[in-house]
Amino acid sequence: MKFTEEHEWLRVEDDLVVVGITEHAATQLGDLVFVELPEPGKTVAKDDEIVVIESVKAASDIMAPADGEIVEVNEALEGNPALVNEDPLGDGWFFKMKLADMSDMDKMMDEAEYKKFI
Amino acid sequence: MTDLSRTPLHALHVELGAKMVPFAGYEMPVQYPPGVLKEHLHCRAEAGLFDVSHMGQVILRAATGAAADAARALEALVPADLEGLAEGRQRYGLFTQEDGGILDDLMIANKGDHLLLVVNAACKAADIAHLRAKLPSGIAVEPVEDRALLALQGPAAQDAFAAICPDAAGLRFMDVADLDSPYGTLWVSRSGYTGEDGYEISVENAQAEALARALLARPGVAPIGLGARDSLRLEAGLCLYGSDLDVNTTPVEAALEWAMQKARKPGGAREGGFPGAGRILGELRDGAPRRRVGLLPEGRAPMRAGTTLFETETSEAAIGRITSGAYGPSIERPMSMGYLPRDLAEPGRTVYAELRGRRLPVTVSQMPFRPAGYKR
Repeated sequence: MKFTEEHEWLRVEDDLVVVGITEHAATQLGDLVFVELPEPGKTVAKDDEIVVIESVKAASDIMAPADGEIVEVNEALEGNPALVNEDPLGDGWFFKMKLADMSDMDKMMDEAEYKKFI
Repeated sequence: MTDLSRTPLHALHVELGAKMVPFAGYEMPVQYPPGVLKEHLHCRAEAGLFDVSHMGQVILRAATGAAADAARALEALVPADLEGLAEGRQRYGLFTQEDGGILDDLMIANKGDHLLLVVNAACKAADIAHLRAKLPSGIAVEPVEDRALLALQGPAAQDAFAAICPDAAGLRFMDVADLDSPYGTLWVSRSGYTGEDGYEISVENAQAEALARALLARPGVAPIGLGARDSLRLEAGLCLYGSDLDVNTTPVEAALEWAMQKARKPGGAREGGFPGAGRILGELRDGAPRRRVGLLPEGRAPMRAGTTLFETETSEAAIGRITSGAYGPSIERPMSMGYLPRDLAEPGRTVYAELRGRRLPVTVSQMPFRPAGYKR
Protein backbone atom coordinates (compact mmCIF):
# COMPACT_ATOMS: atom_id res chain seq x y z
CA MET A 1 0.00 0.00 0.00
CA LYS A 2 1.22 3.51 -0.89
CA PHE A 3 0.29 6.88 0.55
CA THR A 4 0.11 10.51 -0.67
CA GLU A 5 0.63 13.75 1.20
CA GLU A 6 -3.09 14.33 0.64
CA HIS A 7 -3.75 11.38 3.00
CA GLU A 8 -4.91 9.00 0.28
CA TRP A 9 -3.93 5.35 0.17
CA LEU A 10 -3.42 3.37 -3.04
CA ARG A 11 -3.54 -0.40 -3.28
CA VAL A 12 -2.68 -2.32 -6.44
CA GLU A 13 -5.41 -4.73 -7.51
CA ASP A 14 -4.55 -6.56 -10.75
CA ASP A 15 -3.78 -3.80 -13.27
CA LEU A 16 -5.83 -1.21 -11.35
CA VAL A 17 -5.23 0.92 -8.27
CA VAL A 18 -7.85 1.21 -5.51
CA VAL A 19 -7.89 4.63 -3.81
CA GLY A 20 -9.27 5.70 -0.43
CA ILE A 21 -8.38 8.00 2.44
CA THR A 22 -6.38 7.04 5.49
CA GLU A 23 -7.74 6.47 8.96
CA HIS A 24 -5.93 9.63 10.04
CA ALA A 25 -7.77 11.65 7.36
CA ALA A 26 -11.14 10.07 8.18
CA THR A 27 -10.70 10.92 11.85
CA GLN A 28 -9.68 14.50 11.07
CA LEU A 29 -12.68 14.99 8.77
CA GLY A 30 -15.21 13.60 11.20
CA ASP A 31 -18.39 11.77 10.24
CA LEU A 32 -19.02 12.08 6.51
CA VAL A 33 -22.57 12.87 5.43
CA PHE A 34 -22.14 13.23 1.67
CA VAL A 35 -19.88 11.80 -1.01
CA GLU A 36 -19.99 12.76 -4.70
CA LEU A 37 -18.05 10.42 -6.95
CA PRO A 38 -16.77 10.91 -10.52
CA GLU A 39 -18.23 9.14 -13.56
CA PRO A 40 -16.44 5.88 -14.43
CA GLY A 41 -14.53 6.37 -17.67
CA LYS A 42 -13.43 9.88 -16.74
CA THR A 43 -9.83 10.75 -17.63
CA VAL A 44 -8.13 12.62 -14.81
CA ALA A 45 -4.87 14.45 -14.24
CA LYS A 46 -2.91 14.39 -10.99
CA ASP A 47 -4.39 16.82 -8.43
CA ASP A 48 -7.74 17.17 -10.26
CA GLU A 49 -10.47 17.49 -7.65
CA ILE A 50 -12.53 14.42 -8.43
CA VAL A 51 -14.42 13.47 -5.27
CA VAL A 52 -16.38 15.83 -3.04
CA ILE A 53 -16.76 14.76 0.58
CA GLU A 54 -18.66 16.62 3.26
CA SER A 55 -18.81 16.25 7.01
CA VAL A 56 -21.58 17.90 9.05
CA LYS A 57 -19.56 21.08 9.14
CA ALA A 58 -17.42 21.34 6.03
CA ALA A 59 -16.76 20.25 2.46
CA SER A 60 -13.44 19.03 1.10
CA ASP A 61 -12.11 17.47 -2.08
CA ILE A 62 -10.23 14.29 -2.85
CA MET A 63 -7.72 14.79 -5.62
CA ALA A 64 -6.55 12.37 -8.26
CA PRO A 65 -3.30 10.85 -6.92
CA ALA A 66 -1.88 10.47 -10.44
CA ASP A 67 -2.80 10.77 -14.12
CA GLY A 68 -5.11 8.06 -15.40
CA GLU A 69 -8.67 6.92 -15.94
CA ILE A 70 -11.42 6.25 -13.39
CA VAL A 71 -12.62 2.70 -13.96
CA GLU A 72 -15.01 2.04 -11.08
CA VAL A 73 -16.45 4.00 -8.16
CA ASN A 74 -17.76 2.78 -4.79
CA GLU A 75 -21.44 3.56 -5.27
CA ALA A 76 -22.23 2.28 -1.78
CA LEU A 77 -20.75 5.50 -0.42
CA GLU A 78 -23.46 7.64 -2.00
CA GLY A 79 -26.10 5.97 0.14
CA ASN A 80 -23.87 5.41 3.16
CA PRO A 81 -21.03 7.94 3.45
CA ALA A 82 -20.35 6.69 6.99
CA LEU A 83 -18.55 3.66 5.47
CA VAL A 84 -15.54 5.94 5.04
CA ASN A 85 -15.38 6.52 8.79
CA GLU A 86 -16.21 2.93 9.71
CA ASP A 87 -13.72 1.22 7.40
CA PRO A 88 -11.51 3.76 5.63
CA LEU A 89 -8.99 1.16 4.39
CA GLY A 90 -11.60 -1.39 3.31
CA ASP A 91 -15.29 -0.85 2.47
CA GLY A 92 -14.74 2.92 2.51
CA TRP A 93 -12.68 2.96 -0.73
CA PHE A 94 -13.59 5.73 -3.22
CA PHE A 95 -12.62 4.63 -6.72
CA LYS A 96 -10.47 2.31 -8.82
CA MET A 97 -8.32 3.86 -11.50
CA LYS A 98 -5.95 2.80 -14.24
CA LEU A 99 -2.77 4.80 -13.90
CA ALA A 100 -1.27 6.27 -17.07
CA ASP A 101 2.12 5.29 -15.66
CA MET A 102 2.28 2.67 -12.91
CA SER A 103 5.75 3.89 -11.96
CA ASP A 104 4.04 6.97 -10.41
CA MET A 105 3.43 4.67 -7.44
CA ASP A 106 7.18 4.49 -6.81
CA LYS A 107 7.28 8.20 -5.95
CA MET A 108 4.68 7.78 -3.19
CA MET A 109 5.28 7.10 0.49
CA ASP A 110 5.23 3.64 1.98
CA GLU A 111 3.51 3.03 5.31
CA ALA A 112 6.56 3.82 7.43
CA GLU A 113 7.15 7.08 5.57
CA TYR A 114 3.48 8.04 5.85
CA LYS A 115 3.48 7.40 9.60
CA LYS A 116 6.44 9.71 9.90
CA PHE A 117 4.65 12.26 7.69
CA ILE A 118 1.61 12.47 9.97
CA MET B 1 -3.58 30.40 19.91
CA THR B 2 -2.20 33.51 21.50
CA ASP B 3 -4.28 36.52 22.55
CA LEU B 4 -7.36 34.35 22.85
CA SER B 5 -9.42 34.43 26.02
CA ARG B 6 -10.19 31.25 27.88
CA THR B 7 -13.39 30.39 29.72
CA PRO B 8 -13.32 28.95 33.26
CA LEU B 9 -13.98 25.52 31.70
CA HIS B 10 -10.89 25.55 29.47
CA ALA B 11 -8.96 22.92 31.45
CA LEU B 12 -12.01 20.67 31.57
CA HIS B 13 -12.47 20.88 27.78
CA VAL B 14 -8.86 19.88 27.24
CA GLU B 15 -9.19 17.04 29.75
CA LEU B 16 -12.30 15.80 27.91
CA GLY B 17 -10.32 15.69 24.66
CA ALA B 18 -11.96 18.66 22.95
CA LYS B 19 -10.61 20.07 19.72
CA MET B 20 -10.16 23.75 20.62
CA VAL B 21 -10.55 26.46 17.98
CA PRO B 22 -10.54 30.25 17.96
CA PHE B 23 -14.08 31.62 18.07
CA ALA B 24 -15.05 35.26 18.66
CA GLY B 25 -11.78 35.92 20.49
CA TYR B 26 -12.04 32.80 22.66
CA GLU B 27 -10.47 29.39 22.57
CA MET B 28 -13.58 27.20 22.39
CA PRO B 29 -14.34 23.47 21.99
CA VAL B 30 -15.65 22.83 18.47
CA GLN B 31 -16.06 19.12 19.16
CA TYR B 32 -15.17 16.34 21.59
CA PRO B 33 -13.95 12.85 20.62
CA PRO B 34 -17.39 11.52 19.50
CA GLY B 35 -17.56 14.25 16.83
CA VAL B 36 -20.24 16.67 15.62
CA LEU B 37 -22.71 14.08 14.28
CA LYS B 38 -22.85 11.91 17.39
CA GLU B 39 -22.84 14.94 19.72
CA HIS B 40 -25.81 16.38 17.85
CA LEU B 41 -27.79 13.15 18.08
CA HIS B 42 -26.86 12.70 21.73
CA CYS B 43 -28.23 16.14 22.62
CA ARG B 44 -31.55 15.32 20.91
CA ALA B 45 -31.78 11.87 22.53
CA GLU B 46 -30.50 12.64 26.04
CA ALA B 47 -28.76 15.84 27.15
CA GLY B 48 -25.82 17.98 26.11
CA LEU B 49 -23.73 20.37 28.17
CA PHE B 50 -22.40 23.42 26.29
CA ASP B 51 -19.91 26.04 27.46
CA VAL B 52 -21.29 29.37 26.27
CA SER B 53 -19.23 31.49 28.65
CA HIS B 54 -17.92 33.49 25.69
CA MET B 55 -21.31 35.15 25.39
CA GLY B 56 -21.82 38.50 27.07
CA GLN B 57 -23.87 38.79 30.24
CA VAL B 58 -24.84 42.37 30.99
CA ILE B 59 -26.93 43.82 33.82
CA LEU B 60 -29.01 46.95 33.27
CA ARG B 61 -29.90 48.62 36.56
CA ALA B 62 -32.04 51.73 36.95
CA ALA B 63 -31.15 54.25 39.67
CA THR B 64 -34.73 53.81 40.89
CA GLY B 65 -34.08 50.13 41.57
CA ALA B 66 -36.97 49.01 39.35
CA ALA B 67 -36.46 46.69 36.38
CA ALA B 68 -39.45 48.39 34.74
CA ASP B 69 -37.46 51.63 34.43
CA ALA B 70 -34.55 49.83 32.79
CA ALA B 71 -37.05 48.07 30.52
CA ARG B 72 -38.63 51.36 29.46
CA ALA B 73 -35.20 52.81 28.67
CA LEU B 74 -34.11 49.72 26.70
CA GLU B 75 -37.22 49.98 24.53
CA ALA B 76 -35.45 52.94 22.86
CA LEU B 77 -32.88 50.46 21.45
CA VAL B 78 -34.87 47.22 21.09
CA PRO B 79 -38.18 46.93 19.20
CA ALA B 80 -39.73 44.53 21.73
CA ASP B 81 -42.42 45.02 24.38
CA LEU B 82 -40.17 45.18 27.44
CA GLU B 83 -42.57 47.06 29.70
CA GLY B 84 -44.82 44.07 29.24
CA LEU B 85 -42.07 41.60 30.21
CA ALA B 86 -43.10 40.24 33.60
CA GLU B 87 -40.69 39.67 36.45
CA GLY B 88 -39.20 36.18 36.15
CA ARG B 89 -39.65 36.07 32.37
CA GLN B 90 -37.26 36.33 29.43
CA ARG B 91 -37.80 37.46 25.85
CA TYR B 92 -35.79 37.45 22.60
CA GLY B 93 -34.96 40.84 21.15
CA LEU B 94 -32.86 42.73 18.60
CA PHE B 95 -30.67 45.82 18.75
CA THR B 96 -31.52 47.83 15.63
CA GLN B 97 -29.65 50.73 14.06
CA GLU B 98 -30.96 53.91 12.41
CA ASP B 99 -31.32 52.37 8.95
CA GLY B 100 -33.25 49.40 10.36
CA GLY B 101 -30.33 46.95 10.22
CA ILE B 102 -29.75 44.49 13.07
CA LEU B 103 -26.75 45.21 15.35
CA ASP B 104 -27.17 42.03 17.40
CA ASP B 105 -29.77 39.64 18.74
CA LEU B 106 -30.07 39.04 22.45
CA MET B 107 -32.08 37.61 25.35
CA ILE B 108 -33.59 40.02 27.87
CA ALA B 109 -34.68 38.81 31.33
CA ASN B 110 -36.64 40.73 33.96
CA LYS B 111 -35.01 39.90 37.30
CA GLY B 112 -37.23 42.22 39.38
CA ASP B 113 -34.71 44.88 40.33
CA HIS B 114 -32.68 44.72 37.09
CA LEU B 115 -32.62 43.37 33.56
CA LEU B 116 -30.14 40.67 32.56
CA LEU B 117 -29.09 40.64 28.92
CA VAL B 118 -27.26 37.85 27.12
CA VAL B 119 -25.57 39.02 23.89
CA ASN B 120 -23.36 37.44 21.24
CA ALA B 121 -19.66 37.04 22.01
CA ALA B 122 -18.49 38.75 18.83
CA CYS B 123 -20.77 41.75 19.47
CA LYS B 124 -20.48 42.16 23.22
CA ALA B 125 -17.93 45.00 23.32
CA ALA B 126 -19.89 46.95 20.72
CA ASP B 127 -23.21 46.21 22.44
CA ILE B 128 -21.91 47.45 25.80
CA ALA B 129 -20.56 50.65 24.17
CA HIS B 130 -23.90 51.09 22.38
CA LEU B 131 -25.86 50.70 25.64
CA ARG B 132 -23.58 53.14 27.47
CA ALA B 133 -23.79 55.70 24.69
CA LYS B 134 -27.53 55.52 24.13
CA LEU B 135 -29.17 54.77 27.49
CA PRO B 136 -29.92 57.70 29.83
CA SER B 137 -27.50 58.31 32.72
CA GLY B 138 -29.93 56.85 35.25
CA ILE B 139 -29.40 53.37 33.79
CA ALA B 140 -26.19 51.63 34.81
CA VAL B 141 -24.67 49.17 32.33
CA GLU B 142 -22.77 46.47 34.25
CA PRO B 143 -20.94 43.79 32.24
CA VAL B 144 -20.85 40.57 34.24
CA GLU B 145 -17.21 39.48 34.26
CA ASP B 146 -17.23 37.00 37.13
CA ARG B 147 -19.70 34.43 35.86
CA ALA B 148 -19.53 31.60 33.33
CA LEU B 149 -22.53 30.50 31.26
CA LEU B 150 -23.45 26.85 30.68
CA ALA B 151 -26.28 25.47 28.61
CA LEU B 152 -27.83 22.11 29.42
CA GLN B 153 -30.09 21.01 26.56
CA GLY B 154 -32.11 17.96 25.65
CA PRO B 155 -34.92 15.75 26.93
CA ALA B 156 -32.84 14.57 29.91
CA ALA B 157 -31.85 18.12 30.92
CA GLN B 158 -34.57 18.59 33.51
CA ASP B 159 -33.84 15.39 35.41
CA ALA B 160 -30.09 16.02 35.33
CA PHE B 161 -30.32 19.60 36.54
CA ALA B 162 -33.10 19.01 39.09
CA ALA B 163 -30.89 16.40 40.79
CA ILE B 164 -28.52 19.26 41.61
CA CYS B 165 -30.98 22.13 41.80
CA PRO B 166 -34.52 20.79 42.49
CA ASP B 167 -36.29 24.13 41.91
CA ALA B 168 -35.24 24.06 38.27
CA ALA B 169 -37.96 21.51 37.50
CA GLY B 170 -40.67 24.07 38.20
CA LEU B 171 -39.53 26.56 35.56
CA ARG B 172 -41.37 26.75 32.23
CA PHE B 173 -39.98 27.79 28.84
CA MET B 174 -38.55 31.34 29.08
CA ASP B 175 -38.89 31.56 32.88
CA VAL B 176 -35.87 32.95 34.73
CA ALA B 177 -34.95 32.61 38.41
CA ASP B 178 -32.05 32.82 40.83
CA LEU B 179 -31.75 29.33 42.33
CA ASP B 180 -29.66 28.19 45.27
CA SER B 181 -27.37 25.23 44.66
CA PRO B 182 -24.25 23.62 46.12
CA TYR B 183 -22.40 25.72 43.50
CA GLY B 184 -23.67 29.06 44.73
CA THR B 185 -26.63 31.04 43.45
CA LEU B 186 -27.31 30.15 39.84
CA TRP B 187 -29.02 32.55 37.43
CA VAL B 188 -31.16 30.12 35.49
CA SER B 189 -33.36 30.49 32.43
CA ARG B 190 -35.34 27.69 30.84
CA SER B 191 -34.24 28.37 27.29
CA GLY B 192 -31.52 27.54 24.82
CA TYR B 193 -30.35 27.46 21.24
CA THR B 194 -31.04 23.88 20.18
CA GLY B 195 -34.82 23.57 19.88
CA GLU B 196 -34.74 21.24 22.89
CA ASP B 197 -36.04 21.74 26.39
CA GLY B 198 -33.24 22.87 28.66
CA TYR B 199 -31.55 25.56 30.65
CA GLU B 200 -28.97 28.28 30.42
CA ILE B 201 -27.15 28.53 33.73
CA SER B 202 -25.00 31.45 34.86
CA VAL B 203 -22.60 30.41 37.60
CA GLU B 204 -19.71 32.12 39.40
CA ASN B 205 -16.42 31.51 37.59
CA ALA B 206 -14.94 29.79 40.64
CA GLN B 207 -17.81 27.26 40.76
CA ALA B 208 -18.22 26.71 37.03
CA GLU B 209 -15.99 23.68 36.64
CA ALA B 210 -17.44 21.94 39.70
CA LEU B 211 -20.97 22.52 38.39
CA ALA B 212 -20.02 21.30 34.92
CA ARG B 213 -18.47 18.13 36.39
CA ALA B 214 -21.55 17.53 38.53
CA LEU B 215 -23.82 17.86 35.48
CA LEU B 216 -21.59 15.62 33.34
CA ALA B 217 -21.80 12.99 36.08
CA ARG B 218 -25.60 12.78 35.72
CA PRO B 219 -27.05 10.02 33.52
CA GLY B 220 -27.25 10.94 29.85
CA VAL B 221 -25.27 14.21 30.02
CA ALA B 222 -22.36 14.59 27.56
CA PRO B 223 -20.29 17.62 26.56
CA ILE B 224 -21.23 19.14 23.19
CA GLY B 225 -19.07 21.47 21.09
CA LEU B 226 -19.80 24.48 18.94
CA GLY B 227 -20.00 22.31 15.81
CA ALA B 228 -23.10 20.47 16.99
CA ARG B 229 -24.45 23.67 18.54
CA ASP B 230 -24.59 25.06 14.99
CA SER B 231 -26.36 22.06 13.40
CA LEU B 232 -28.79 21.90 16.35
CA ARG B 233 -29.76 25.56 16.07
CA LEU B 234 -30.14 25.32 12.30
CA GLU B 235 -32.52 22.35 12.58
CA ALA B 236 -34.44 24.47 15.10
CA GLY B 237 -34.63 27.32 12.54
CA LEU B 238 -32.76 29.72 14.84
CA CYS B 239 -30.63 32.53 13.40
CA LEU B 240 -26.89 32.92 13.86
CA TYR B 241 -25.88 36.57 14.10
CA GLY B 242 -23.11 37.35 11.60
CA SER B 243 -24.41 34.68 9.21
CA ASP B 244 -28.21 34.95 8.97
CA LEU B 245 -28.49 38.40 10.53
CA ASP B 246 -26.29 41.47 10.19
CA VAL B 247 -26.42 45.24 9.88
CA ASN B 248 -27.65 44.91 6.29
CA THR B 249 -30.67 42.86 7.39
CA THR B 250 -33.86 44.26 8.91
CA PRO B 251 -36.08 42.37 11.36
CA VAL B 252 -38.84 42.04 8.74
CA GLU B 253 -36.43 40.75 6.08
CA ALA B 254 -35.20 38.27 8.70
CA ALA B 255 -38.78 37.07 9.37
CA LEU B 256 -38.39 38.04 13.02
CA GLU B 257 -41.66 39.96 13.32
CA TRP B 258 -42.46 37.70 16.29
CA ALA B 259 -39.64 39.40 18.22
CA MET B 260 -41.60 42.69 17.97
CA GLN B 261 -44.77 42.53 20.03
CA LYS B 262 -48.04 44.35 19.33
CA ALA B 263 -47.26 47.32 21.60
CA ARG B 264 -44.33 48.38 19.38
CA LYS B 265 -45.98 47.71 16.00
CA PRO B 266 -48.16 50.08 13.94
CA GLY B 267 -51.20 51.01 16.03
CA GLY B 268 -49.61 49.69 19.25
CA ALA B 269 -49.55 51.60 22.56
CA ARG B 270 -45.83 52.44 22.13
CA GLU B 271 -45.54 52.22 18.36
CA GLY B 272 -42.01 52.75 17.05
CA GLY B 273 -39.57 54.70 19.20
CA PHE B 274 -36.56 52.48 18.35
CA PRO B 275 -33.68 52.99 15.89
CA GLY B 276 -34.82 52.34 12.33
CA ALA B 277 -38.52 52.50 13.27
CA GLY B 278 -39.41 54.41 10.09
CA ARG B 279 -38.18 51.64 7.81
CA ILE B 280 -39.14 48.72 10.04
CA LEU B 281 -42.73 49.91 10.65
CA GLY B 282 -43.05 50.52 6.91
CA GLU B 283 -41.88 46.98 6.18
CA LEU B 284 -44.30 45.59 8.79
CA ARG B 285 -47.13 47.30 6.86
CA ASP B 286 -45.98 46.65 3.29
CA GLY B 287 -43.56 43.71 3.55
CA ALA B 288 -39.82 43.77 2.87
CA PRO B 289 -38.43 43.14 -0.61
CA ARG B 290 -36.65 39.98 0.53
CA ARG B 291 -37.24 37.44 3.24
CA ARG B 292 -35.36 34.82 5.23
CA VAL B 293 -36.58 31.31 4.42
CA GLY B 294 -35.82 27.70 5.19
CA LEU B 295 -34.47 25.75 2.22
CA LEU B 296 -34.38 21.98 1.75
CA PRO B 297 -32.01 20.76 -0.99
CA GLU B 298 -33.61 17.89 -2.90
CA GLY B 299 -30.45 15.77 -3.06
CA ARG B 300 -28.01 14.79 -0.36
CA ALA B 301 -25.45 17.52 -1.00
CA PRO B 302 -25.32 20.13 1.77
CA MET B 303 -25.63 23.71 0.50
CA ARG B 304 -23.57 25.92 2.70
CA ALA B 305 -23.34 29.65 3.48
CA GLY B 306 -22.46 31.71 0.42
CA THR B 307 -24.18 29.42 -2.10
CA THR B 308 -25.96 31.52 -4.74
CA LEU B 309 -29.65 31.04 -5.54
CA PHE B 310 -31.35 31.35 -8.94
CA GLU B 311 -35.00 31.34 -10.00
CA THR B 312 -34.60 28.66 -12.67
CA GLU B 313 -32.01 26.19 -13.91
CA THR B 314 -30.87 28.66 -16.56
CA SER B 315 -31.69 32.18 -15.32
CA GLU B 316 -28.68 34.48 -15.28
CA ALA B 317 -29.31 36.85 -12.40
CA ALA B 318 -28.81 35.62 -8.85
CA ILE B 319 -31.91 36.15 -6.71
CA GLY B 320 -30.54 35.32 -3.29
CA ARG B 321 -27.97 33.60 -1.18
CA ILE B 322 -27.74 30.87 1.43
CA THR B 323 -26.61 32.24 4.81
CA SER B 324 -26.39 28.97 6.79
CA GLY B 325 -26.28 25.41 5.56
CA ALA B 326 -25.32 22.02 6.92
CA TYR B 327 -26.37 18.41 7.09
CA GLY B 328 -29.12 17.94 9.68
CA PRO B 329 -28.25 14.78 11.61
CA SER B 330 -31.74 14.45 13.15
CA ILE B 331 -33.69 15.16 9.96
CA GLU B 332 -31.13 13.05 8.05
CA ARG B 333 -30.91 15.45 5.15
CA PRO B 334 -29.18 18.70 4.28
CA MET B 335 -30.86 21.96 5.29
CA SER B 336 -30.18 25.62 4.68
CA MET B 337 -31.40 29.07 5.53
CA GLY B 338 -31.18 32.00 3.14
CA TYR B 339 -32.78 35.06 1.63
CA LEU B 340 -35.13 35.19 -1.38
CA PRO B 341 -37.20 37.92 -3.04
CA ARG B 342 -40.57 38.19 -1.30
CA ASP B 343 -42.55 36.79 -4.24
CA LEU B 344 -40.42 33.63 -4.33
CA ALA B 345 -40.35 33.10 -0.57
CA GLU B 346 -43.52 31.04 -0.10
CA PRO B 347 -43.08 27.47 1.21
CA GLY B 348 -43.22 24.82 -1.48
CA ARG B 349 -41.58 27.00 -4.10
CA THR B 350 -38.61 25.44 -5.90
CA VAL B 351 -35.56 27.56 -6.70
CA TYR B 352 -32.06 26.52 -7.77
CA ALA B 353 -28.74 26.67 -5.95
CA GLU B 354 -25.48 26.71 -7.86
CA LEU B 355 -23.21 24.07 -6.39
CA ARG B 356 -19.84 23.26 -7.96
CA GLY B 357 -21.00 24.69 -11.28
CA ARG B 358 -24.35 22.87 -11.35
CA ARG B 359 -27.86 24.13 -10.61
CA LEU B 360 -29.62 21.89 -8.10
CA PRO B 361 -33.25 22.22 -6.96
CA VAL B 362 -34.00 23.40 -3.45
CA THR B 363 -37.46 23.83 -1.93
CA VAL B 364 -38.56 26.72 0.27
CA SER B 365 -39.61 25.15 3.56
CA GLN B 366 -41.27 26.09 6.83
CA MET B 367 -38.96 26.24 9.83
CA PRO B 368 -38.12 24.77 12.26
CA PHE B 369 -36.94 21.81 10.22
CA ARG B 370 -37.46 19.74 13.34
CA PRO B 371 -40.24 20.52 15.87
CA ALA B 372 -39.06 22.07 19.14
CA GLY B 373 -39.36 20.27 22.48
CA TYR B 374 -39.86 23.29 24.73
CA LYS B 375 -41.66 22.83 28.11
CA ARG B 376 -44.24 25.59 27.83
